[in-house]
Amino acid sequence: MATTEEIRADLADIVNEVAGIPADDVQLDKSFVDDLDVDSLSMVEVVVAAEEKFDVKIPDDEVKNLKTVGDAVAFIERAQNG
Amino acid sequence: MTGKLSAGDEAAPRHATLLGIGSYRASRVIPNAEIVDAIDSSDEWIQQRSGIKTRRWAAPDETVQSMAVGASRKAIEHAGIDIAQIDAIVVATVSHMFQTPAVATAIAHELGTDRPAAFDISAACAGFCHGVALASDMIRGGSAKHVLVIGVERLSDLTDVGDRGTAFIFADGAGAAVVGPSDEPGIGPVVWGSDGEQFDLIRQKEDWRDVLEQERPTMPHLVMQGNAVFRWAAFEMAKVAQQTLDKTGLKVDDLDVFVPHQANMRIIDAMARSMKLPEHVRIARDIADQGNSSAASIPLALDRMIAEGEAKSGDLALLIAFGAGLAYAAQVVRVP
Repeated sequence: MATTEEIRADLADIVNEVAGIPADDVQLDKSFVDDLDVDSLSMVEVVVAAEEKFDVKIPDDEVKNLKTVGDAVAFIERAQNG
Repeated sequence: MTGKLSAGDEAAPRHATLLGIGSYRASRVIPNAEIVDAIDSSDEWIQQRSGIKTRRWAAPDETVQSMAVGASRKAIEHAGIDIAQIDAIVVATVSHMFQTPAVATAIAHELGTDRPAAFDISAACAGFCHGVALASDMIRGGSAKHVLVIGVERLSDLTDVGDRGTAFIFADGAGAAVVGPSDEPGIGPVVWGSDGEQFDLIRQKEDWRDVLEQERPTMPHLVMQGNAVFRWAAFEMAKVAQQTLDKTGLKVDDLDVFVPHQANMRIIDAMARSMKLPEHVRIARDIADQGNSSAASIPLALDRMIAEGEAKSGDLALLIAFGAGLAYAAQVVRVP
């Protein structure tokens, strides 16, 4: 089972690839929109890449609740354990 | 049961190809600055979300019919055939404002063709590639020898200038292609389909009968759920593009040109990334200046690439069109 830090690091790589944001900036307390400047379309790309990488489903309705990197990591952890 | 049906033209050609392309751009160039006030937005926001800098909107005298005729004359000239040789016209549009008859018959008449089969198809932004697929099959099936396929839209009529999600996207124009017989395949097999479960993602706001029940009836504009459309277009369509290459027996490296429907630059970029398009493949990016002209976008973009030397005669071009329905169609063609 992947650790929280492993999921964060993989997610950071995805955010880096999609939006060009340095992976080191993608920390749990960072807001996608306010801190990382990830807009709604980039967020869709991040979500699709994350679904493939972590083998989880992230419904459109859920995406708006994923405000911080920590929210996304926690959702992925729950989805993987569920 | 004594009669026997003839199978028709046994000598139908084995293959079809694009013989000529033509386009017509609506004349009014509308920069983002002209539309931002109504949607409380900015040039920067629109460019970041869509890559659109300007869009073309029609002047009052530029009708669906007149723009289609303009594009068709150029396509016929490019094809080098006589206008009387056109024996079928297929028009893809959603913005011809008559429920009936089809605009195709009026276009045929204005062009001076010799009473061809003429009809409209409704496949929204996917319409042009549907038309090319039909034309190819009509020629190979012996129903027609030279088919004029037109994609034409005047979406400014259907745009809600106060809708933040769509006001900056839609545009006007026409593109046309002449499809004819050939010794070698010039149009690959189509990969097409639909997803009616997502009917509501892009559609006319209301049914006409509901419009008329309103106290002050207004045009039922186009509405769209942008993020959901983006997800479908950028990722599902990249898969369809790969299926199309597989069915055609090609690798992505074999392509010279990629002409996706010009919906949004972000969709084009995401598709190209997802498809792992190699550097040498030239990608149509007409959206930046033209906006999204639905069924007209692919022939407009391809014609521009030919004019600017980015697409050369004989090049292999992957066309992929997708939109309301949801509906999609894709094929590889040889550039005429």
